[in-house]
This record gives sequence, structure tokens and C-alpha cells, in this order.
Amino acid sequence: MIERALVIGAGIAGIQASLDIANSGYEVVLVEKEPSIGGHMAQLSETFPTLDCSQCIMTPRTVEVGHHENIRLYTYSEVEGVTRDADSGDFNVRIRRRAAYVDWSLCTGCGVCQEKCPFKVESLFERGIGPRKVAYTLSPQAVPNKPVIDADNCRYLQSKWDIEAGRLPAVDKSGKPSQPKCGACAKFCPTGAIVWDQEDQIIEEQVGAVILATGFDLFPQARLPEYGSGLIPNVVDGLAFERLLAASGPTAGKVLRPSDGAKPLEVVFVQCSGSRDPERGVPYCSKICCMYTAKQAILYKHRVPEGQAYVFYIDVRAGGKGYEEFLNRAQEEDGVVYLRGKVSRIFSEGDKIIVKGADTLSNRTVEIHADLVVLATAVIPRLGNSQVAEMFGLSADENGFYVALNDELEPMVSPVPGVFLAGTALGPKDIPETVAQASGAAAKVLSMFQRNHPKVEELLLEKAGS
Amino acid sequence: MSITFFPGCTLSTKAAGYDRSGRAVAQALDLTLEDLPEWQCCGATFPLSTDNSMALIAPTRLLTQAQNAGGHVTTLCAICFHVLRRTQHFLENKPEMLERINWFTEEPYDGRTRVSHFLELLRDELTWEMLSHKVVRPLTGLKVAPYYGCLLLRPQNEIGLDDPDSPKILHDCLTALGCEVVSFPYQTECCGSYLAVSKPDLPERLSGDILASARRNGAQMIVTACPLCQFNLDYPQREAAHGMPGSEIPVLYFTQLMAIALGLERESWGMEGHYVDPLPAFEGFQQSTLSGQPVAEG
Repeated sequence: MIERALVIGAGIAGIQASLDIANSGYEVVLVEKEPSIGGHMAQLSETFPTLDCSQCIMTPRTVEVGHHENIRLYTYSEVEGVTRDADSGDFNVRIRRRAAYVDWSLCTGCGVCQEKCPFKVESLFERGIGPRKVAYTLSPQAVPNKPVIDADNCRYLQSKWDIEAGRLPAVDKSGKPSQPKCGACAKFCPTGAIVWDQEDQIIEEQVGAVILATGFDLFPQARLPEYGSGLIPNVVDGLAFERLLAASGPTAGKVLRPSDGAKPLEVVFVQCSGSRDPERGVPYCSKICCMYTAKQAILYKHRVPEGQAYVFYIDVRAGGKGYEEFLNRAQEEDGVVYLRGKVSRIFSEGDKIIVKGADTLSNRTVEIHADLVVLATAVIPRLGNSQVAEMFGLSADENGFYVALNDELEPMVSPVPGVFLAGTALGPKDIPETVAQASGAAAKVLSMFQRNHPKVEELLLEKAGS
Repeated sequence: MSITFFPGCTLSTKAAGYDRSGRAVAQALDLTLEDLPEWQCCGATFPLSTDNSMALIAPTRLLTQAQNAGGHVTTLCAICFHVLRRTQHFLENKPEMLERINWFTEEPYDGRTRVSHFLELLRDELTWEMLSHKVVRPLTGLKVAPYYGCLLLRPQNEIGLDDPDSPKILHDCLTALGCEVVSFPYQTECCGSYLAVSKPDLPERLSGDILASARRNGAQMIVTACPLCQFNLDYPQREAAHGMPGSEIPVLYFTQLMAIALGLERESWGMEGHYVDPLPAFEGFQQSTLSGQPVAEG
């Protein structure tokens, strides 16, 4: 057995698992789809219940991963195919590293290309709150802090390919050969790291164990027609609100309305948007929303003390350590108004957003004319989860989350020997639980490798014999 | 095309205008409506409890009549449609219930009658394109807000006529007639329905919200497919009880606008019986419209 592990997904679960294995002396191949690591935790402003700055507690780990001698990090990459050796059980993994059009060995991370790039596009990382450049890094604290160029939106690459394919004329009006447009990044790069003919790279790795930590996504607002189908600019989801709160976000941490940049004085938080809804959404509870909504309401009140925050809830789920106290703090210290009732309609009228709900404890219908609405949308498996599952011979449950060997006693072990699972790819969970599972999965891998060790094998055989 | 027609009680009484305009429009579109030879009230509500076979007998009897008359029935009243469609869906999926009901009726129902609302026939069989070609008086510039109410669309998995949150069927009909269609947020909010009888102030309040929303979005007129919605939106405006006097919004059936746009004679518009007179809304709009003379083709 090859004593090397593959970890797919470099969110906090993948990071934790990789560090645990690497720090025990074994090699780790860590594959991440995005240009840099950190997953959703990198998008958060503060974490509950401590209100620690998310970047501050995470960057020591991301930096360690980036520098670790035992971790081979492939970002902007995806696992394309897996075969397994029938005798040894080892995995042969084919990884595709997408063309970034930047030579990361020459790039110093100075950021000039991003600064000079003239074109902005919608940023998935910013969840619709702000744009990014075509040559970009996800955030100032990105690990690796090397940019990628989004080919689909790059004027240089598109015009270059158009000229080569004959879609644009080969010579310009003065008879000279046509030049691709823009190219600002290459002009300003001090080390000549822009490589226009870079291609996807296929890398093959052999590993003895795999941990799947592919994470989650949020339920699309388009599937919530009663809440505006995602078409109302000032109705955003939880992660988008995090970007409004984040100091490294598009508004530098000021809570401003997406439509006009005004300060919202009436903010409504709607819990269970899509969760606990077998008819139109998902049947399960997404676990983290009650806590992060309280956190977001508290942070909003800290930033806009004269504002009013309302939270529509069905039940409040606060089971972790310090969680119930955190909820009470939101209501008692920060004046967040909790209304027990589902929101039935959200629509925009003029400048305001009309939120129609109920307050069942006082037996009244409630209508709030809000400036900003934050939907705590359901946690769903990351897009592409099912393809990864299929590659490794795993199944997903009816909600798309990975199925473990036994949900009570072996939640980090998959039915396939040598493949382990961690984090929100298994189901909604908060950061402490994710990290615990990641360490657990790492321990399973280490145990696998250890059993392989001749001395340990000897001891085990001895024990079995006696 | 020929199809069995179930008028229902309200179309024979309070909603006579809907009936008359509907029949005239059908004729103009070469759709032959053959009335069910024998019919009674549909019951007007679909039972809220699933083990209520008594309430299903009346609609089942209608479906049986339709079965004998060709197996496909249409109606104009949204409530009749709602009851028949849901009964049909229910019995189709619960054969033991169908069997039980058949013990009580004089003639057994085979469970296969198709129920279509008139709007579905327009959309799926006749098509909006065909309708727009037959329009001789396009209602250009008339700002009309379609009001769907509840029973025409919900519950979605039993009715399945259109998307209950963003419906299009009345929008498309009005577009085919040349209207400027006004969407407004309250277009699928409840009008209060039968509470008009037991708790009249509730529909008055609900309709006030609906009318105010339509007005805020620029509507000159509201169009609906349900006689009870029409009543609940029209009646409270009788003394300009809502909004400012002079800003009443007439509430019409979609077939009435169709009759005007198709150039049919004034008799067929069915405009009597409205609390808010619709005719002034057409003033200054198109002089020829008010003459009520059928417009010659060509």
C-alpha cells in the first residue's frame, strides 16, 4: 500500500485532514477546484459563537498547507478519473489542472495584473455583491496567492482564439497581422509570468487512501418563487450577507444595500428558506442557519446600531457549546426581534421590500417594509458531488449527500475500503463538527497506514496469535 | 373543434355576462360548446378531508355525464373547474374511492373524463397565435392587470394548469388581444372567497389590498376567470369604498375583453351587472370600440 493520501476539497475539512496526515509524516495530495483554498470559511466574516474573525483563525492553517513539505497542493484542479489496483488497493488518480494562463513558478503574487486588468465580471465568491477582475485571486489572503485568468471573459484570449480560428480577420486595416485585444496584465507583469498558450495539465498520482471533503452549496434562490426567485436585488442569501459584513469584501465591511449602496435601517432575516420544506425545498434542517442568522443579526446591529433587525423563525436550533447563550445575547443585548412564524411572500414595491409573515406567539400576521432581506437558504451538496461519488463507487442519499458506512458509529468511513468522508459533503454541520470529522477521517487514514508498518503488523499478528 | 360545456350555477345567474361573452367568443373561434344535457351544482368546494365521499358525489355525477357525452368537458368558472379537476385527479389515483362512490350513483363513472378550463383550450388547442390573428380591435394601450386568485392554479400538483407563483396564462391571453399587461405582486393573493358571505369585511380588506397594488402598478382594469373573485373585487368598489373616488378599477372576465377585441357585437360583451361600470375605461381609448358595432373583417 502506498502511504500517501489524496484529499479532495480544500475547505476547512480538507485542510484539517491534510494537516493531520502531513504532520504525522505522510504525504498528502490535496486537490481543490477553486484557484485558492479555504472553501466557504474563506467567505465568512466572523464565526459563531465566538465571533472570531474567520480569516484570522483560518489563515494560519491555509499558510501551513501552502508551505508544508508533505502536502502537494493542486488548486484550480479537479479529479477526473480513478482506477484502483486490485491487488494493492492503491488508487491511480488522474487530476486535471486547468490552464490559468499564469506561470505560478514565475509569479510573485504582486497583484499588478489584477490591478491593471480593465474588465470586471460577476464574482461567484462575492455572491452577487461585487465583481472581480478577469485576472483574479479570490481574496487578498488567498493561498496560493497566485492569480488565474478567466478565459471565457478574457478579451485577449478570446480575440486571440478568434483570430486563430478565422472568426476575426487575420490582418488589420493597415495590412499588419491582427493583434489580440487588451493584454494589459502581460504588459505590466514584472516577471513575465503571463503565459497565453498555457494548456490544461494532466497529473497522475498514486495514493493508498482517499478523503472526500467536497463541501456544500446553498439552495438557489431561483427555486424560491414566493421569495422573489432571486430577482430582487435587495433579497440576498446568507453567504452574500457575509460578504457585506466581511472586511475584505466588496463594501469593506459596511452593510449597504446592493441596489443603491444605501444603509439599510430595517433588515429582515428569514430562516428556513428552503429547509424543512418537503414540498418545494429540501426536507431536512440545515442545522447552521439559526446560529449564523443570530450572528449576522448581531453583527448588523454592531455596524448599524440605529437599525432594526427582525428574524422570522420556526424553531430555534442552538445545540452546541455556547450556542443557546449566543441566541439569548442576540435578543437581550443586541435587540434583535425574533418573530415565530414563516414568511409567506416577499416582493418589492418601490424602494422597499414587503415581507409578509406571521407572529404565531401573538397570533397576528406581520408585514414588514424592509430595506434588506437575508434568506437563510438551505445547505445542499456541492455541485459535482455526485460525479465524485460515482468515481469512487460511492452512493449519495436522496438529498445528494455522501452515504457513510454507519451514520452513528462510523460517519467518516465510506462503504468503499480506503475511502473516507468528512465535512458538509455528508450533511449540514458547523465548523467545530467539520473539523472534528476531518481529524477523525485523518485518523482513520493514519490507522490504515500504520497497520501497514512492519513493526505494527508484527505486533498485531502477535496479539492475534495469543 | 367541439367540446362538452358545463356552465355551472353562477354563470346561469350572477355571472351571466361571463356566460354570454364566453359563448360568443367560443362561436367566433369555431369552438362548438355542447352543454351537458343534465347537470347540477358542482358543490363549489373540494372536500378538505380525504375521506369525504359524500361531497364528491355531485362532481362525480357531472364527470359521468361528461363521460357519456364524449369524455372531455370544459368550463369557465374557476371554482367549477377546480372542483371537477381535483375530483378527477383524486378518483384517478384512488380506485377504491371511485368504487365506493359508484355504489351511490345511478350510473358508474369510468374515471377517465378529461377536464379542461376554457383558458387551457385557448392555450393548448386553439393557440394564442390563432387568437391574435382573429383580433380585429387590438386593445393597444389598455393597461390590464390579470388577477389569478387561488382556485385556478392551486394546489399545483392536482390542478397543473400553470405555475402558481409566476402564472402566464392570462398574461398570454391579454397579450394576444393587444393589451399592455400589468403584472402586480398581489396577482395570486386570495380575494377572501366564500367569506364574502360569512365575514364580508375580510374580503373587503383583502380586495382593498389587491386593488391598491394593481392601481400602484398602473392598472386601468383587472381581468379574472372566477365569478367569486370578480364579485369580491368589484362589489367593495360600489361606493368607492376603497381608494379615491374616480379611481375605481373595473373588474372584467377575460372573455369580455376577448369579445371586444374579436369585434363581436356589444350584446355579447355582458357588461351589465358590474358594480364599477367598465365602459368609461374604454373612453378616449378607441372611439370605434364604444360604437359596439361588429367590425367588418378584412
